[in-house]
Amino acid sequence: MSVQTTQFSGGFQNAPTDAAHAFRAAMTVMARPGETRELTGAQAPAPLSEAAATLLLTLCDPETGVHLAGGANTADVRQWLTFHTGAPLVSASKADFAIGTWAALCPLSTYRIGTAEYPDRSATLIVDGDTEANSEATLTGPGIKDAAHLSLPDIQTMQANAQLYPLGIDFFFTNGTQVAALPRSTQISVGG
Amino acid sequence: MSDYNFAYLDEQTKRMIRRAILKGLAVPGYQVPFASREMPMPYGWGTGGVQVSAATLTPDDTFKVIDQGADDTTNAVSIRKFFENTAGVAVTEETEKATVIQTRHRIPEAELNEDQILVYQVPIPEPLRFLEPRETETRKMHSLEEYGLMHVKLYEDISQHGDIATAYAYPVMVSDRYVMDPSPIPKFDNPKLEMSAIQLFGAGREQRIYAVPPHTKVVSLDFEDYPFEASKADHPCDLCAAEDSYLDEVILDDAGNRMFVCSDTDYCRSRRAAGHVGRLGTELGTEDAA
Amino acid sequence: MYVAVKGGEKAIDNAHAWLAEERRGDTSVAELSVAQIREQLSLAVNRVMTEGSLFDPDLAALAIKQSRGDLIEAVFLIRAYRTTLPRFGATLPVDTGGMACDRRISATFKDAPGGQVLGPTFDYTHRLLDFKLAAEGEVVPVETGAPRCGPTPHITEFLQGEDIIQREPESDAVPGDLTREPMEFPSNRALRLQSLTRGDEGFILGMAYSTQRGYARNHAFVGELRIGKVPVEMEIPELGFAIEIGELELTECETVNQFQGSKTEPPQFTRGYGLVFGQSERKSIAMALVDRALRWKELGEDNLGAAAQDEEFVLSHSDNIQATGFLEHIKLPHYVDFQSELELVRKLRREAEERLKGEFTAQEAAE
Repeated sequence: MSVQTTQFSGGFQNAPTDAAHAFRAAMTVMARPGETRELTGAQAPAPLSEAAATLLLTLCDPETGVHLAGGANTADVRQWLTFHTGAPLVSASKADFAIGTWAALCPLSTYRIGTAEYPDRSATLIVDGDTEANSEATLTGPGIKDAAHLSLPDIQTMQANAQLYPLGIDFFFTNGTQVAALPRSTQISVGG
Repeated sequence: MSDYNFAYLDEQTKRMIRRAILKGLAVPGYQVPFASREMPMPYGWGTGGVQVSAATLTPDDTFKVIDQGADDTTNAVSIRKFFENTAGVAVTEETEKATVIQTRHRIPEAELNEDQILVYQVPIPEPLRFLEPRETETRKMHSLEEYGLMHVKLYEDISQHGDIATAYAYPVMVSDRYVMDPSPIPKFDNPKLEMSAIQLFGAGREQRIYAVPPHTKVVSLDFEDYPFEASKADHPCDLCAAEDSYLDEVILDDAGNRMFVCSDTDYCRSRRAAGHVGRLGTELGTEDAA
Repeated sequence: MYVAVKGGEKAIDNAHAWLAEERRGDTSVAELSVAQIREQLSLAVNRVMTEGSLFDPDLAALAIKQSRGDLIEAVFLIRAYRTTLPRFGATLPVDTGGMACDRRISATFKDAPGGQVLGPTFDYTHRLLDFKLAAEGEVVPVETGAPRCGPTPHITEFLQGEDIIQREPESDAVPGDLTREPMEFPSNRALRLQSLTRGDEGFILGMAYSTQRGYARNHAFVGELRIGKVPVEMEIPELGFAIEIGELELTECETVNQFQGSKTEPPQFTRGYGLVFGQSERKSIAMALVDRALRWKELGEDNLGAAAQDEEFVLSHSDNIQATGFLEHIKLPHYVDFQSELELVRKLRREAEERLKGEFTAQEAAE
């Protein structure tokens, strides 16, 4: 991006319709694990991707605690997020949403996984950027016709998360302007 | 209506609903509590479905609303108009042209595709509610996967009536985990719950949203010796001769004569347009001239 | 030949036009103004504001006019409008102890600091139709006295001084808001009170009455009922202090209830609390009784199985907008479900008849 992003810039041009389009992309990938969609409309300061920034503006507000993990936790990102969403910044254990690289977000055991009566009271992780260390996984379960494929950062950890079902964490993977998702309901096996 | 936001709801409300929809998709069949808003239409008239549609629609969508399978029932007309006015979306009566379909009591006959979303209006989202009125208790049952009460009820039906005496809102097991109310669709529609489209369920008054992602396993509860049976009136449609559609029974006169017609008005229309003619039907287009 | 009914949209438009005509009534009779409703039907306005959760007498009056005097419909209009309003912030809690009281009575003491002030009440009016009002309603100006300047302390403060009434826990926590978060059970008292204030007056009245008649009876004295105006203040972050932004008329009722003590609590008086907009006496007293009945658990009382003690039952059914919507939705078309029932009942009958016939033949054969 050539234009420098400040805390005041990088918001939606037209919030109601931009957010509507962004949500449809986010919903589609959550409903169809393994599929990828374009997610654009917002720009956050580095290191956040456009897709991650767009997802934050679409889903976060003063009612959701956001955890900025590792390199995502910069003064610029904090100001940008506060200005555009009003979301309170919280620790990993209280987060509704957490964002950062996979390495920065780990370990998963810190996040809320919901309760037996309220499995929805769980964190959603936005795993942003860097997919080089990923390996191919085969996905089955709700939202998937026969099998789907997605490259994941740590299959074993994801499998452990799926074991918690119906509790657990849900994931978005953002990179550039792309988004994919992995809900806790998906069964994961190694290899494409 | 220009004083109101796109699709009526304010952005914060839509975000809250959108978050609930995502959780619902992540845990198929689980009822996610959401802070349902007071809509400008009465509770029980589709406020849940309307809120889910409002949070789902984009200006590029083509929207269809059916009630009892029909596009021209008054409440369907009213909801369709609401979104025409507040979201400026295109509307259609043709199932295959619609990207978002809001429904009350039916699943369209035509198979829905990958790019469609079906939004159900739900009056009582809790499938166990009529067995146990207390939310505190039913929530516990879901958490423990304790569905014995439901099986007992169905079994009592069989021992008393020789059949499961539930004809609509027939409970289903979603993805081997949650028993779910499919909304008051006739049980004829239950097999269609396994589909390619995304299914979202909104219960406004009861403040619950739930979802069934595409291709999710949905099994109607039954017993080995009493398997689930999707039944309908044993007639073809009197207008379009369809043998495979759910039928409404229409009383024709005070002598008790009646006819059976497709409840899905668009399905019937498209069949008639394709030249199918039923017992009391005429070729499409001729009746206006008559 | 059969032609399906079409033209739902036209029918709806026509129905609405007819409704508007009916609302106006005979055009040779002068039209009601919103100001007339606000000023002369103020108790209806108060009820609509209370159950609509919005203090705005003009809008409430407009809603009453639009709804042809159907107050639940008017509450609905206000609620639907209220949801769309942006929220600028929260005011400081109002101090009802500093209320400028128009009416203040206590049933527990003959007199108390601040006095017994009857105020504008129907109490002690003989309910005789006043035919003079039919002709003209102008009133003779009443004498006004000098306003009393002394404070009007809450009656329960005196009991608290003697430490003979239950102490309420103090908290600065922000109470929940059932219009922003889904209701969850068990709830807490703040949410219960919000729900009771919004609840249907008739329902709350019926619940309260049931406690008086012995369903979880807990004899209540009206410790105090006060009606008047309180200032509303809001902290302005830019200023660093609170400023007055307006005033509200409120009715507050605190009941004082007998309590013989329980496993966990010593014998003492306990309380129920009611607070509503405007002058809504009946509602505030009823609310206080139901509030008290719902407090059985925190006081260590027995659950007698009475409806008014059942939090989930009371709170799930008190809202008249939810109730009326769901009740009236059964007039919407349900013919698809009815058809499935029709077929099921026919099938069950057929099977039952065949069984019966089978048994009959078997019996004949045996004979």
